[in-house]
Amino acid sequence: MTHALRVNPIACTGHGMCAELLPELVELDRWGYPVLTSPTVPRPLLSHARRAAQACPTLALLIEEKSGRHR
Amino acid sequence: MTALAHAPARALSPRARVPRLLAGVGGGGLDEHERRYGPLPGPGRRPERLIDLVEAAGLTGRGGAGFPVGRKMRSVAAGSGRTVVVANGAEGEPASRKDRLLLTRLPHLVLDGITLAAQAVEAGQAYLCVHAAEETLLGRLDDAVEERRAAGLDPVPIQVTGIPGRYTSSEQSSIVQYLNGGPAKPTFSPPRPHERGVGGQPTLVHNVETLAHLALIARRGVSWFRAAGLPSAPGSMLVTVSGAVTRPGVYEIEMGTTAGEVIMLAGGPAEPLQALLTGGYFGTWLPVEAAWPAPMTHAGLKAAGGALGAGIVVALPAAACPLAETARVVRYLAEESAGQCGPCLFGLPALAGALASLAFAGDRDGNIDEITALAGLVERRGACRHPDGAAQLARSTLRAFPADVNWHQWRGACDGVRRPPLLPLPDDEERGWDWR
Repeated sequence: MTHALRVNPIACTGHGMCAELLPELVELDRWGYPVLTSPTVPRPLLSHARRAAQACPTLALLIEEKSGRHR
Repeated sequence: MTALAHAPARALSPRARVPRLLAGVGGGGLDEHERRYGPLPGPGRRPERLIDLVEAAGLTGRGGAGFPVGRKMRSVAAGSGRTVVVANGAEGEPASRKDRLLLTRLPHLVLDGITLAAQAVEAGQAYLCVHAAEETLLGRLDDAVEERRAAGLDPVPIQVTGIPGRYTSSEQSSIVQYLNGGPAKPTFSPPRPHERGVGGQPTLVHNVETLAHLALIARRGVSWFRAAGLPSAPGSMLVTVSGAVTRPGVYEIEMGTTAGEVIMLAGGPAEPLQALLTGGYFGTWLPVEAAWPAPMTHAGLKAAGGALGAGIVVALPAAACPLAETARVVRYLAEESAGQCGPCLFGLPALAGALASLAFAGDRDGNIDEITALAGLVERRGACRHPDGAAQLARSTLRAFPADVNWHQWRGACDGVRRPPLLPLPDDEERGWDWR
């Protein structure tokens, strides 16, 4: 099973916590919204990714367990 | 070079297999409709048999995405319990008139399709959505629904509903959210409407033209449907042709008809052409040489670098400025953003600004690189495909018009920017500003 990061762009208001806590996978664009540098979460980063998701003030960072297709 | 030089050598053959939908245009109520098309086929013992028929016919959605209709119906029908059917007649594209034509001239064919689809997926309720500002149309559709009720032709109740006229309000998740009592703005998925839609029930959302085709397939069968079009893209479709053509309007063509034939069907170029806009405001510009032989199918136009969308073709005259045209449309798309997603909220106005600077003031601040960068920044970063559409249109402008881009870059605005705008945009008065 692989894990994938996803942003709910409606919920996201650009606090930027994700880029602080998970710089390996998240950068901020010029307006402060997250850009995922890699949607797939490497296993060693999974606990960091979970922490970032929990810390998001609007709960807009999602970790999806995936076996099939993903957009 | 005139576009006429690109006209195919072979003359337009009389297309006996079309029109199909538009053959029934002629006014009259339910009686006249039934005389013309025959009675509405009953559901029989297996109403879901219609899904097999539609799948065998190879009908794809005519609202823009081109998704296989049978597969969509099957995924809704697979849900447990009652379902909902939504007919989307809220034509958000300013350059499209086909849905309005169907609803004003052939309402009972659309209503037949709604009823048949509702029975096939065991729906308990159906909605027919059009823009709330279209009061006359809403009234006439109400009358048509009442006529069917009086005749006992309403096994599933159909509610005619006015929805906000914003561009992004006709996106299927926007309609679902609106019918659930919220604003007509796109929602994050999952859940998708076919999983959890109106009232939490699996919801089948189809464009009204798709449903009209379905009503004909139910009556005339699979091989009749497949007798028109291509094996890989069967049937007919409605196209809205506008811009510099002699007879702009809505035409019915066989799938696979070339874009050049479509222009000739609309009377041919009214003046020398340089490009066609294919697929509407989420679509792409194609130089006229590239567009002319391209078949009007999703795959055919995509291979030529274009897009089929909901069958919109706008002919751009050589004397018009494609950069100014695109800048105005992207400005409109920016204003029509639901404003929910940061990259769209901030990115589309910036993209519109960069395009306008290039069109009207030249490339003083590296606008071309900025357009490319912004297109990349907004793409796939919204809850819906609104930013993707604007990015695609902007990118195709740079790709299709290198000579114009070069001129504007070094010399600023061209003579073309002084022509009146070609691509239609709604007036502020006729435009709905509300999301509820």
